Amino acid sequence: MTDLHEMARRQMAMGELRGLPAADPVNEPMIRHWLDAMGDQNPLYLDKGVAPPAMAQVWTMGGVRRDVRDRSPVDDMLAELNAQGYTGVVATNCEQTYHRYARLGDVLTPATRFSGLTGPKTTALGEGYFATWNVIWYDQFDEPVAEMLFRVLKFRPRVKERRVPYPLKPAVNRDTQFFWDGVKLGELRIQSCADCGELRHPPGPICPACRSANRGHIVARGEGTVYSYVVHHNPPVPGRETPFVVAVVELPEGVRIVGNIVDCPVDAVGIGMTVRATFRAMDDELILPMWTPQES
Amino acid sequence: MRTLTGEQIEIGMVLPELSISITPTLVVSTAIATMDFTPVHHDVEIARAQGSQDIFLNILTTMGLVERYVTDWAGPEAVIRRINVKLGVPAYAGDLLAFTGAVIARDGDEFTVEVRGKVSLGAHASGSVVLSFPS
Repeated sequence: MTDLHEMARRQMAMGELRGLPAADPVNEPMIRHWLDAMGDQNPLYLDKGVAPPAMAQVWTMGGVRRDVRDRSPVDDMLAELNAQGYTGVVATNCEQTYHRYARLGDVLTPATRFSGLTGPKTTALGEGYFATWNVIWYDQFDEPVAEMLFRVLKFRPRVKERRVPYPLKPAVNRDTQFFWDGVKLGELRIQSCADCGELRHPPGPICPACRSANRGHIVARGEGTVYSYVVHHNPPVPGRETPFVVAVVELPEGVRIVGNIVDCPVDAVGIGMTVRATFRAMDDELILPMWTPQES
Repeated sequence: MRTLTGEQIEIGMVLPELSISITPTLVVSTAIATMDFTPVHHDVEIARAQGSQDIFLNILTTMGLVERYVTDWAGPEAVIRRINVKLGVPAYAGDLLAFTGAVIARDGDEFTVEVRGKVSLGAHASGSVVLSFPS
């Protein structure tokens, strides 16, 4: 494997490499568009025919299909970092010095040199190397107009283990959305009638007591007792290991709710057992409310 | 628009805050005005596929907005000599970018303004701008 620091020394030894001149000279339309997009109302630039200094890099950017960048000493270094697994990239520093403001008609040409590689370092994003390069923009008389130091962190992205998606998804609709929104927050929400206050579960569009369609919800304390249950042995259920317990839990708020009982041997479950709600991540997205024996 | 003069500047002087709504229009229009056609600055699906929560400002725009923040305060005749920015969290579409700043140093006719640009995730850009004023 190529020694990265050895390669960095070679790239630095190449010195400054000139790129292609800007496709367009410094011009009023591009300055006007830039000022407009930035919301910059400084009248100086258009009055005096000079470009905002922070536009320095803009003049020599590639286009949509036109890649004007020549191979610079930077590209090979970054390619080698990619090849060695440091595929992540995040810019960390951008430092620009302006020798003068570019004037209308100036044609800028960039020159790039690779100026340093440090690492490997442990960062919040993963192990990585900081690569630094410098660009100088010269005018048509070979005088420097602006220069920039640019530094990026090339890092080895941490492998994020994605959990296998749980195959059974709850049907979430306008009646039940509030319930699942609550689950994500660790709340067990019970629908209530906004008119008569009656609680109901599972959620539905109409209050069975007063027939109002106005709905609200309360947050249950998350305690209950087992009203009834079954132990499921067969048939197999995708994403689950058998046997498991499906219980009807009666809440002190006055409704019953169906859910699994977990963290408890199946033969230890019994009617009247006190349980409390627990929220379990089934995959990277789905959380299901379940029940666990109440510690007392 | 009038420009401040060196005599009006004191160390410790605080710049007025500037809050900029990072609308998708701002992200896209500034990316194009800076000739940066990298998809993460205009294509939300590609941005999300690459692990970003939305399209976000490009660095050339961050530099431009830092410059604008300081010249809005200093006035048109002020001459920007240097902008050094340490880049932090992305400025995603839908967020608010709030700039604060203060004059922290003077060296001859050059003043250094410390600038911080914050978004909801934390520091987006922090650094300094060196500028001089007409005498």
